[in-house]
Formats: sequence, C-alpha cells, structure tokens
Amino acid sequence: MTPAVYRRDDGTVHPPLLSPGYRSTILRAPSQAPVLLPHTLTELTGPVLGEGRVTAADADLTVRAGGGEAQGQRIVVHGRVRDENGRPVPNSLVEVWQANAAGRYLHKWDRHDAPLDPNFTGVGRCLTDASGHYRFVTIKPGAYPWGNHANAWRPAHIHFSLFGRAFTQRLVTQMYFPDDPLFGYDPIVNSVRDERARQRMVAAFDLAATVDEWALGFRFDIVLRGTEATPMETRP
Amino acid sequence: MSDGGLTPSQTVGPYLAIGLPWPDGPHVVPEGSPGAVWIRGTVRDGNGAPLPDALVETWQADPAGHFDHPDDPGGRHTEFRGFGRCPTDDGGGYAILTRKPGRVPGPGGVEQAPHIAVSVLARGLLNRVVTRIYFADEAAANAADPVLAGVPADRRATLIARPIDDGYRFDIRLQGDDETVFFAL
Ligand SMILES: [Fe+2]
Repeated sequence: MTPAVYRRDDGTVHPPLLSPGYRSTILRAPSQAPVLLPHTLTELTGPVLGEGRVTAADADLTVRAGGGEAQGQRIVVHGRVRDENGRPVPNSLVEVWQANAAGRYLHKWDRHDAPLDPNFTGVGRCLTDASGHYRFVTIKPGAYPWGNHANAWRPAHIHFSLFGRAFTQRLVTQMYFPDDPLFGYDPIVNSVRDERARQRMVAAFDLAATVDEWALGFRFDIVLRGTEATPMETRP
Repeated sequence: MSDGGLTPSQTVGPYLAIGLPWPDGPHVVPEGSPGAVWIRGTVRDGNGAPLPDALVETWQADPAGHFDHPDDPGGRHTEFRGFGRCPTDDGGGYAILTRKPGRVPGPGGVEQAPHIAVSVLARGLLNRVVTRIYFADEAAANAADPVLAGVPADRRATLIARPIDDGYRFDIRLQGDDETVFFAL
C-alpha cells in the first residue's frame, strides 16, 4: 500500500526560521526559499525506533542518577500523540530533556550560577502505547537566564522530540507550564505567531493525573502532521 | 492546551546534546560492515563559522532500495536501521557510518538516484531544516533524478557528496555563499 501524502505546512503554525528577536536565528536561518520536495517513499517512511532502546525506567527522570531522588517539585507529564486527522501515533519514540529544578542543565556549556543536582540528569525517553499515550515522571524545571537580551529568562519548559511514523512527521518542540509570567517576554515562545498555536505548547494542569500525596499532573497532547484527505473523504 | 491543531516546532536549544545523541547514533551499520562508508561534513552558519551545537539526522533505504518501515512495498523486511544521528563536535563536524542506499521509486514512477534524507537541528533553528545527500559517483542517475531536476541547476552541487578516502564529504552551509539547498517538506 502506498501511504497518502502528508499535508503541506501552510506557514501559519511553525515559527519563521528567521525570527530576529531570537538572535541566534540571524546567522542560521537559510536565506534562500526552500525547494518544494515531493513526498516520495523516502519521506513517507521514517525510522521506527525504540524497541530494545527504551526501558520502563527511562520514563522516570526522578530516580535515574546518583541513587537518590531528584530535588524539586515532582510532576507527572502525560498526553497523547496524534496526527492532524485525529489518529493516534502508537509505538513511537518520545525523547525529553530539561533543566533541573534550579534552572540548570547538566551540560558543559551551561554556566548559569545555579546548583547542579547529582540525582538529576534531565533526560528521559519512552514509547507511546497502542493509543498514542505517553507518560513521564519528572520534576518541574526552573526558569533560566539565556543572554539573548538584557534580563532574558526562558519560561520553564521541557524539550520534546518526536518521530511519528514518517520522515515528514519529525517534530521537536518545547512544553511550557500554564500561566507562566515569562510568556510575554520570550522570543522563542513568540516566534510562533498565532496565539492559538502558541497555546498548544502549554500543558494543562490535570487533576486526574495528579497522584495524591505525591505529584502534580500535567497533560500535554501533541499533534503531528496529518495526511491529505483521500479522494473518498472529499467526495460530496 | 491542545485544540487538535498541529503542535508548533521549537528549537532544540543549546543543550540538545544531553537529550538526543545515542552512543550508536552515528553507526547506521556497525564498524567493519562490508560496504560501510563514512559520510563526513561540517555544518556552518552565514559567517562560515562552524556550529558546535547542531545535530544531523539521516534516513535512507538499504543498498537494495528498501526501507525498514511497514509502508515499504514488501513490508518491513530489511534489518537495516536506516537512521543515523550525530551531534556536531566543537569544530562543527559530524560523521555517519552507513552504506550507500539503493534506488527507490519517485514521482511519476521515475526511479530516484541514490539519496539520503537529512534533518539538521540546532540552537537558532526554530524548526529543523531538511536537505538530501546525493552522490558524485552517480552522475547518470543524478542527471535523471526527478527531485534534483526541481532544484536550480546552479545550486545542485550543494546536494552532491564528494568521494573522500573513507567515504564521502557532505558539508552543510545554513546561510550565505554556497548555501545548501533546503527543501519544503
Ligand atoms: Fe531549554
């Protein structure tokens, strides 16, 4: 079976590569218009990864390193991965990485004067289940300064990487937390021009996922590219 | 909060190296595999400065032209992982050990020249950029390739990997003179 072709980006959701408020885009955004690529078998397939690469422990970021528990507010982050047609994306690799509760990454270049946590690496991965659902246990990351402009602070966020089932669906994004006062000042959040699209990057507090006496729950549903409607579906 | 619409892309940021690289990421095939070649290159910005904080990901068919994917005609029958990922080093360099892909079907039933799909992710890239690696020693196939035919002739050379001692060289220039051709997917 030849899979249907994927919907083209209409330019209203993803940020423009050149977004000068985020200074690093100025020398890194291509200046030439991209060439339209037909969706061939190369683009309609993609890496099917994870089996044998992910263990259940990889979804709990609070207990991995050091033997002790990570510092900070324990949270559950979960959601469903679907495509624009509403179909779940099952058995698909989800990778996350984040700063610790103090806003510091375990990375040689992170010079933020905030403590490292010997019990927190900030890295997790899991596979979506048959209904496209994923779930991580982690701690709420801190905001951190990033030097883009005077007094520039990133709103608290978790980096997400998704593969979907085709090369066309690959997505890297960031999950934010509700009501962050830094949203209005962050050029990376605001590189997404459409307010409704920005809201899709903000997790919702989820009482149902909150574990009594243990951890707050947040829900972050992710939508990857869908396919074009088939002729059958467009028939009047 | 989700409204069913597409989730926007955001940059990987400067600290992607804690989350995305795998120890075996650059090895699409194990070292010493028959026919294995290195694809090496440097990722540079609009000033020609190397990017020490980028990630190059590759996706390709096996040497017989099959993808390790259920939608491949014939189903998922190759053991060839097809996927490589390598973070750039302090000099902007990346290297992927793989085998040259076979030919796969293209638009209108025209066979495509051997090629590798590439995503580049980096701090300062709010979305991945997508390009393709073709091979200089496939001149006849390249001349008939339906995707290359859609690329302005004077920019096609940016998509052609050149033979080197242990494989091929494919440099990526994000911006400026000799800017790599990127594709709208
Ligand atoms: Fe970050």
